[in-house]
Amino acid sequence: MIELAAIVVDSLVYASWLFIVSIGLTLIFGVMNVLNVAHGSLYALGAYTAAWAVGMYVSGAPDAGFELLAIMLVAAVVVGVVVGLLIERGVLRWVYGRDEIVIVLATYAVFLVLEDVMKLIFGPESYIAFQPRFLFGTVSVAGIPYVGYDLLLVPVVALIGLGIWAAIHRTRPGKLLIAVIHDREIAAALGINVTRFFTVTFLCGAFLGALGGALSAPLISVVPGIGVELIVLAFAVVVIGGLGSVEGAAVGALLVGLGRTAAVFFRPELELFVVFVVMTVVLAVRPEGLFGKPKARRI
Amino acid sequence: MTLLRRVRLTTAGIAVATAALLALWPLLPAWAAHTVGVSLGGGLVVLGLLILIRFGLVSFGQGLFFAIGGYAAALANQFLGITDMLVLSVAGIASAGAVAWALGYIVRGHRGIFFAMLNLAFSMILFGILAKTVVLGSTDGFSVGVPTLLGFAPDPEAGRLTFMLFGYIVVFTAVVAWWVDRILASPIGYAGQGVRENELRLRYLGVSARGAVHIAYIAAAKLAALGGVFTVLLIGHVTPEDTAYWTKSGEFVFVAILGGSGNVAAPFIAQTVFELVRTFALQYAPDAWQMLLGITLLLVILFLPGGLWSLADRLRGRDA
Amino acid sequence: MPEVLLETRGLGKRFGAVVAAEDVNVSVTAGEIVGVIGANGAGKTTFCNMVTGYLTPDLGQILFRGKDITGCTVGQATEAGIHRSFQIPQLFPGLTVYENLLLAVGVFGHRRPPWWQPLVRPEVENEATAIMERYRIAESATTRVDRLPQGVRKLLDIAMAMVGQPAMILLDEPTSGISTKEKFDVMGNVIDALRKSAATVLFVEHDMEVVGRYADRVIAFREGRVLADGTPGVVLEDPAVIEHVVGRRPGRAPDA
Ligand SMILES: Nc1ncnc2c1ncn2[C@@H]1O[C@H](COP(=O)(O)OP(=O)(O)O)[C@@H](O)[C@H]1O
Ligand SMILES: [Mg+2]
Repeated sequence: MIELAAIVVDSLVYASWLFIVSIGLTLIFGVMNVLNVAHGSLYALGAYTAAWAVGMYVSGAPDAGFELLAIMLVAAVVVGVVVGLLIERGVLRWVYGRDEIVIVLATYAVFLVLEDVMKLIFGPESYIAFQPRFLFGTVSVAGIPYVGYDLLLVPVVALIGLGIWAAIHRTRPGKLLIAVIHDREIAAALGINVTRFFTVTFLCGAFLGALGGALSAPLISVVPGIGVELIVLAFAVVVIGGLGSVEGAAVGALLVGLGRTAAVFFRPELELFVVFVVMTVVLAVRPEGLFGKPKARRI
Repeated sequence: MTLLRRVRLTTAGIAVATAALLALWPLLPAWAAHTVGVSLGGGLVVLGLLILIRFGLVSFGQGLFFAIGGYAAALANQFLGITDMLVLSVAGIASAGAVAWALGYIVRGHRGIFFAMLNLAFSMILFGILAKTVVLGSTDGFSVGVPTLLGFAPDPEAGRLTFMLFGYIVVFTAVVAWWVDRILASPIGYAGQGVRENELRLRYLGVSARGAVHIAYIAAAKLAALGGVFTVLLIGHVTPEDTAYWTKSGEFVFVAILGGSGNVAAPFIAQTVFELVRTFALQYAPDAWQMLLGITLLLVILFLPGGLWSLADRLRGRDA
Repeated sequence: MPEVLLETRGLGKRFGAVVAAEDVNVSVTAGEIVGVIGANGAGKTTFCNMVTGYLTPDLGQILFRGKDITGCTVGQATEAGIHRSFQIPQLFPGLTVYENLLLAVGVFGHRRPPWWQPLVRPEVENEATAIMERYRIAESATTRVDRLPQGVRKLLDIAMAMVGQPAMILLDEPTSGISTKEKFDVMGNVIDALRKSAATVLFVEHDMEVVGRYADRVIAFREGRVLADGTPGVVLEDPAVIEHVVGRRPGRAPDA
């Protein structure tokens, strides 16, 4: 019984983390048809910047409190906007309209560049920013103590997910965005500034990637290579859910979260690839992912 | 230039290159011979990608078959005591062929990003299995002894890279490249262009697009596996990180784009450039190596979509 | 008595609430040239899609030369000898006209060299050239298809469909997108070439003059059903057809 409760809670926490680190990826794909490999770099940059900023602040104010969360948020915004703009305006706009795969390769190129840029800026050492994680004490669930920060991820991420969903489906810009998604040419003909929508969407997605990194910074040790590992995981989550679908990413995160937690409990050696097994099974049965829409061709 | 003439020209080019490499052996310093060998091994993987690219497909998981080849050879050597390079090569090709045949039923219905990502998933599954399984060497992998050929063992003093191994790799690669060139000009190769250009029309010409993709997938897998065998025989060691991890697959895609898909020679040329630049970059600027890759990839995508090979075409003043 | 080549029995197909075919019973005799008319959305393309295996009907049967081919794949229908052209030409856009035909001739069953032999061989080249001449598109031989004018594309699409020398060919709006002036030229070309190859033809067409000129028989569709089926003289004068398909009121002259 305790085991079951632990699995459920662990899965939820891990799923929330997966969702927040992959939502930006699916959002950008859904609007722009860009599968952004550099999402991994945005995550890593967010984590580095947040960890560095928290570290700097704490060294001056050892008993810092909730302002650390604000610092993390600012770090994510700065990374998302600056790096997002650089990528979208500097690289992507030159490859819009080319083959999907070519665009993936372009973002892969950006990813490679950013890997080294991070090494040059932050060096090879690890950054640790544990302080924010202990702001909320510990909470006991079914007799098992949990770190409050981890548990809080669940409602916070759920709220972010709902916010994104509502922004797309319940606001005027969101409805225009749906028009852009549906048919770029027609949207442009209706006077919608498609380029602007692309830039803004990319910035939002980049910010979410960096936010995922910033929120992860207290949970991990920030070292070179975290972006490399993250991007394949995030791919799996969004592909399982159906590329471009926010609901899909949530379901994908839950599935993967559950699968991985179960693996950790019962068959730890499977942990490394249970994600990709789930992905393979889903794609074998539903080629577009769980919430993806098949592109039927009318002839 | 007609296609038939192009095939003949390529055949001649392959023959000349093979003869030149074999003749140069006595003059080549060890590092250069090693670089040639490793480039031919990696080039074979990229040649497999070239076939897929002709079909309009990109795999972000060729490391899977590269690893299968390398591990098949290493395991056959370790547990069965097989040292013959020919047998080890066949073991690698056959294992990859079998796996690709089975996985082909899943991937052949997928195109574009989904094809790329499914293969990435497969390779990551293998990576996980290899890294976590003790009998498969876990993250440390395996070492492989010095190979023999048809009963002849090289001079034990001569080290790993002997003329026997070098010649074997050069000749084998040449034959394979020649064969691939021929197949690309055959109906199945043309069917690939049909898959890339318009699958619907191809189906209405009575050709099974999925079947054609399946065949190409198996062929590419076998090439990658052979490349894996060669690489392991040359380096003497195989690990999951250097074969199955997605960054290795990404590297192969990089080389494929760099070389372009214009000719079967392009993968080998591009892989050689890649190996050489890496050797120097890792020595003088290890922290800028990936940046160099990334910038090069961007430049190729933006300004040289046909890759290095199209440069040759351009210089000759032809429409690339 | 001539052979019945194609027969459909009670074909039905729905897309959600849309009825694209209902109780479609059609039979085509070898050697006939059948014109199919109907307003947009009447189910003409759906009919072609079902007959060629692109779509599986929800209900009913398709017989070709007496053999049940319901539910077979596009490849199998093609093998059986039913080919088609498309409303929007389906070509290999990055290749030239000549290369399109080389590919088509070279991969198609009866001309296909063994898979280890080069596809481009004299007999394949000759055949591709002959087809270009037959459809009068040889002038565009070295033009990439994505740079061709619509008329040539349409012709090439039909030529590609004829490469396998089918027993029956379905032409989905062969003259759409072509100016009224050129329509007769194109259609004349096509029908000439098709007559030479003795294929049975079913063509979808919106221009009643074209239909009247070339069809031996006309089938009118409306909302997925066969509204009328008979000689052009009878069908094109049928009041229901005039009201729902031809688009003018019964009793009035065409140009009034
Ligand atoms: N793949 C499809 N999915 C959904 N609806 C379709 C599909 N194909 C055709 N339809 C619908 O079926 C009806 C018949 O279409 P179609 O056969 O293309 O008509 P026609 O060729 O006579 O203009 C139309 O209402 C069309 O919208
Ligand atoms: Mg139609």
